[in-house]
Amino acid sequence: MANGILVFIEHVEGQINRASYEAVRAAQLIGAQLNQETAAVIFGNGVSNLATEVAGKKLNRVYTVESDSLSSYTPDGYSIAFKQVIEQVQPALVLMAHTYEVRDFAPKLAASLQRALVGDCIGYKIEDGAAVFTRQIFQGKLSADVVPTGDTPHFVSFQIGSFRGDECEAGQAEVQALTVNLNAEQVRQQPEARFKEAKAAVDLTQAPLIVAVGRGIKEQKNIEIIEKLAAAMGAEIAASRPICDNDWLPMDRQIGSSGQTVAPKLYLAVGISGAIQHLVGMKGARTIVAINKDAEAPIFEIADYGIVGDLFEVVPALTAEIEKMKQ
Amino acid sequence: MKIIVCLKQVPKNDSILRINDAATWIQDRDLTYEINESDAYALEAALQLKEKNGGEVVALSLGPARVQSVIKEALARGADRGLHLEDAAFDNLDAFGAAATIAAAAKSDGFDLLLTGLQSDDHGYAQTGVIAAELLGLPHATIVMDLQTEGSGIKVKRELEAGFFQWVTLPLPGVFTIQSGINTLRYATLKGIMAAKKKEIKKLDAAALGLDAATLAPKQQIKRVYFPQKSKQTQMIEGTGAAAAATLVEKLKNEARVF
Ligand SMILES: Cc1cc2nc3c(=O)[nH]c(=O)nc-3n(C[C@H](O)[C@H](O)[C@H](O)COP(=O)(O)OP(=O)(O)OC[C@H]3O[C@@H](n4cnc5c(N)ncnc54)[C@H](O)[C@@H]3O)c2cc1C
Repeated sequence: MANGILVFIEHVEGQINRASYEAVRAAQLIGAQLNQETAAVIFGNGVSNLATEVAGKKLNRVYTVESDSLSSYTPDGYSIAFKQVIEQVQPALVLMAHTYEVRDFAPKLAASLQRALVGDCIGYKIEDGAAVFTRQIFQGKLSADVVPTGDTPHFVSFQIGSFRGDECEAGQAEVQALTVNLNAEQVRQQPEARFKEAKAAVDLTQAPLIVAVGRGIKEQKNIEIIEKLAAAMGAEIAASRPICDNDWLPMDRQIGSSGQTVAPKLYLAVGISGAIQHLVGMKGARTIVAINKDAEAPIFEIADYGIVGDLFEVVPALTAEIEKMKQ
Repeated sequence: MKIIVCLKQVPKNDSILRINDAATWIQDRDLTYEINESDAYALEAALQLKEKNGGEVVALSLGPARVQSVIKEALARGADRGLHLEDAAFDNLDAFGAAATIAAAAKSDGFDLLLTGLQSDDHGYAQTGVIAAELLGLPHATIVMDLQTEGSGIKVKRELEAGFFQWVTLPLPGVFTIQSGINTLRYATLKGIMAAKKKEIKKLDAAALGLDAATLAPKQQIKRVYFPQKSKQTQMIEGTGAAAAATLVEKLKNEARVF
């Protein structure tokens, strides 16, 4: 009978991804409630230091899996190795942080075992002695409670920020090395070194006031009204990803998980729905204002002030009011 | 080079969503639909690869009769023919079931590249392409921002976190999930719309694809759907005109002290 919770630990350039500790925290909480043992697994080549670090958390065991073919991450290498770990450890539940890396290999791993991955969850509840996982659907506009069905192991990934990694209980886990059969020919992806594009020309991280525009603006020519508002306020302009994808504003004005992360005094979000990938880039702002015609838009969930209405009415009125104040 | 591109039809991004009576999904009455955002970029990537390397682009969509409009849109933008996977048995597929269906259709049609968007705007599984790759026994790469053919293989630029990217080389055939913003979308021309009328859309059902109920049975089940509970107290300012603007400015100045 499969038993216990196994957490995937991600690392890059000798550093553990902090999101992995959020998954450890989730395992500690769920494990305590369901009376399950907890363990973590770390893949790579020369990861004993990292394993020791993880072993400082309250877990029953930390497994290491080392191989030349795991020196750099590939979805083939990780899936093949992970599948063998699951056969050896026989967990009932595998928890991961919903990172880019997990998105890349976890669906393959789960499918190779004919299992479901309940992905990008934001929480869980225990119902009738079993865990039910909450996911966002429709880009955060609705939530869904989901249960994995069929035989274990079940695979679950949690959205970044769903648990507090810094609240992990400390402990002393036993480190155990596992051996897997993996050879270089099985890995079909050949990754090169990670790199960053040329440094952004605009640094929004220091801007005290930011006016950010989203797809609610509808057309490129309408961006003018946002420029007028920003000019009146003395604010920098920023945008959600679709605005930059469309080249309506340059890439280096994008805020979010694949753009800049900012924490200004004021972040005024105009016609932005508030998808999680945007929120992670601006939720640290001291004051957040949202202008959106949809009262249910997720952006209002984190806004201090909100106006529900047509931005084409609100923005010019606001510009006029700010000009009046400045006089 | 033969490319199959998967296009999902999703409710239009600014739809007012209502939960169905059983609270298991949304009401689909009165909705209008569009191509899932990243899938539209996958289609454009496919069309550009064909323009550069020659070959064929096949637009595949899984869903009820209404998804034909997505296929027709793709044909009008330049895809060569369509595959429509339709069956009552496909009504409530999870990511695994959808991937199994797509994999079966892609395999029977044959391809060098299978492209999908990186996730759908409705379910948001972010899994279908990757599962299809596993079921087909093929290599894959996700969150792709560039594709360059290299000899018999392909080199793709993957977006990573924190502003990083990475080039990865893989053999073909392979499966690639495309990130929004990889290219600039084209619109259908009148000529394209006319030409699309003559292009073939082939329909395939569960029997034709050799899919049984066990393969399609969901491995995850939605128990209930609901509007998220609000945790933060947002001060909502009534109105949309000068009075509302004045109230907001006053609050920003005197309460939040940002000016
Ligand atoms: C891996 C990955 C990485 C991503 N990285 C980022 C990122 O870094 N940054 C980012 O922003 N996104 C990112 N995204 C995309 C993200 O998921 C959303 O798709 C995006 O943030 C939506 O942008 P939006 O809010 O402008 O558009 P939409 O979601 O379309 O929202 C538009 C909003 O405008 C409102 N509106 C429409 N008309 C009006 C009007 N007349 N008046 C007032 N309001 C109006 C609507 O009610 C709606 O809420 C990423 C996605 C993925 C999968």
